[in-house]
Amino acid sequence: MASTTAVPGGIHAGRLPRYSPIGLLGLSLVVTGGLFLIFLLAGMTAAYNATGAIFFGLLLWVVVVYVASFVVEGSRRAKDRLVTALVCTAFGVALLPLISLLITVVSRGLARFDVAYFSESMRNVTDAGGGGVHAIVGTLEITLAAAVISVPIGLLAAIYLVEYGRGPIARGVTFLVDVMTGIPSIVAGLFAFALFELVSGNPGYRAGIGGSIALSLLMIPIVVRSSEEMLKLVPNELREAAYALGVPRWLTIVKVVLPTALAGIVTGVMLAIARVIGETAPLLLVAGFTDSMNYNLFDQRMMTLPVFVYTQLTQPGTNVQAFFDRAWTGALVLILIVLLLNVVARIVARFFAPKLSR
Amino acid sequence: MTASTAPLRSRVRAPRHVGDSAFFGAALTGGLLILVALAAVAIFLVVQSLPAFGVKASELNNGFSSFWTYVVPLVFGTIWAALLALIIAVPFSLGIALFISHYAPRRIARGLGAIIDLLAAVPSVVFGAWGIFVFSPFVQPFYSFLSTTLGWFPPFSGPVSPTGRTVLTVAVVLAVMITPIITALSREIFLQTPRLNEEAALALGATRWEMIRIAVLPFGRAGIVSAAMLGLGRALGETLAVAMVLSPSVVISPFVLRSENPTTIAANIALNFPESFGINVNVLIATGLVLFVITFVVNATARAVVGRRGGGKGI
Repeated sequence: MASTTAVPGGIHAGRLPRYSPIGLLGLSLVVTGGLFLIFLLAGMTAAYNATGAIFFGLLLWVVVVYVASFVVEGSRRAKDRLVTALVCTAFGVALLPLISLLITVVSRGLARFDVAYFSESMRNVTDAGGGGVHAIVGTLEITLAAAVISVPIGLLAAIYLVEYGRGPIARGVTFLVDVMTGIPSIVAGLFAFALFELVSGNPGYRAGIGGSIALSLLMIPIVVRSSEEMLKLVPNELREAAYALGVPRWLTIVKVVLPTALAGIVTGVMLAIARVIGETAPLLLVAGFTDSMNYNLFDQRMMTLPVFVYTQLTQPGTNVQAFFDRAWTGALVLILIVLLLNVVARIVARFFAPKLSR
Repeated sequence: MTASTAPLRSRVRAPRHVGDSAFFGAALTGGLLILVALAAVAIFLVVQSLPAFGVKASELNNGFSSFWTYVVPLVFGTIWAALLALIIAVPFSLGIALFISHYAPRRIARGLGAIIDLLAAVPSVVFGAWGIFVFSPFVQPFYSFLSTTLGWFPPFSGPVSPTGRTVLTVAVVLAVMITPIITALSREIFLQTPRLNEEAALALGATRWEMIRIAVLPFGRAGIVSAAMLGLGRALGETLAVAMVLSPSVVISPFVLRSENPTTIAANIALNFPESFGINVNVLIATGLVLFVITFVVNATARAVVGRRGGGKGI
């Protein structure tokens, strides 16, 4: 018994108290927050720089935690705490642009988030007023057409790869889907333009359907990838049970495999739509821009929401603020559409998923 | 014996359904359409590009002597901006991925991943607008500071752009845009680390960081490289954020804080395409072809890295 030496301070000696990192974080943020307040009062910055305060607060925290731990706990634990702090900081710093961006879009976009915006186009509008309804209609039509083109192709290709795919053709298709995933959106736009220029013989060709083709080129690989994953999740026992009952293969796929995977496939399609609905570059090239409403996908230029935001920002008229306001509202509407698609997709995935016994 | 088994086999063979072959045909068509679409992309781009390769200086509307003197600075700008973005994005993405996979409490880890994925949902034109009006003014004072203190390092030398709309700003915006994909891919790989390896490291007395260094990172090395390459592919093709934020010129310049910045192929197409006609459209399409080839090589390399490891999930 005499060999046990009493450790001064008990078992927790040589360790920082449990909540010290959080406490130090609060302290660092207070210090930099106060510092930036002094900058504001001294007139060095026009407005209070909250982003800067948080950013430098996190940096200060990393240093303080390392030093405190090095003094109390030694170099190994100090390094561990340093990495922990760095990793948390990386996450925190990544949130800053997201928060800043959302605050910017919401605060600047609300100014024109009114009835006129959703009922008027920009026809004959050169000053304040007007709206983006022509762009909203264009975005919905072009994206819907892109979905109509890419969902059947993507789904059939996924069924081929999962249910039938063997040999060189399947390997080739898998490889090409990989290649397609990497096509830059602007290249898709160039392709759609080149295709329709050749078909129509018009060197200045612009129409909504070209945008749909370009978007579907970007959308097909996403649909194939997600549907493939979902079809692979369907247990083989279900297929075997259907075969054992004498159900032909195609009926098994249509009546057993697809319904089981349906929720996942719908989710994948919605996420794919959310991915392409914000694409600007291909639509700028091949759908063009206009101030008037155009319901016809196959004729004339067609405005879309992302291109609307772009043109309002880059080609403002004399009343610059009115153009910027419309642009920010367009950005807000676009983000809301994308968020809505994401949320609905997740709800579908959550509540309509088949009950597989796991 | 063979005489008696042959008729037996034919008797138990399942009847052939018309529906079966029709459905197989439809599925195969879906797969082959992808092949046709990609072949069409390649053929159309090449055909439309051919006139551009031999273009004469008098026909170009941008003052360059040939296609190649025009495209080389653009290629430089594209790779330069994307590499800078990658250098910024990879450490952050790995940090976030580790945070989600190994540091954050289990219950909220999924939610945190979804928040980062939100960044991927923001359209690039919104990033561009934010880059111009919020981010550029925000970083400009830091650029002045950077240039006065670290100006001896050539890329940081002045004169500093008064607007902050430089290639470094673009690189940061691109980094924000590619962070979600690199994070998502490396997070998946970190989560696949064999549990026993991690527990063995911890049992030997390793701290959490030492466990990650000896168990998680070596396991995920190939995956990290390929995630970074896929992120690079994204950054290379990103158009609108670059086109809006950058004050562009077609030059080769390693200075990241000045007003004169090398533009990228994609941004250059977006800015010039609406006003171009005739042979200049072909020139822009040819630069697009070059971009396609570059991204193809980068993506193929990424997949080769994953493939060599084996067992890597097709991403």
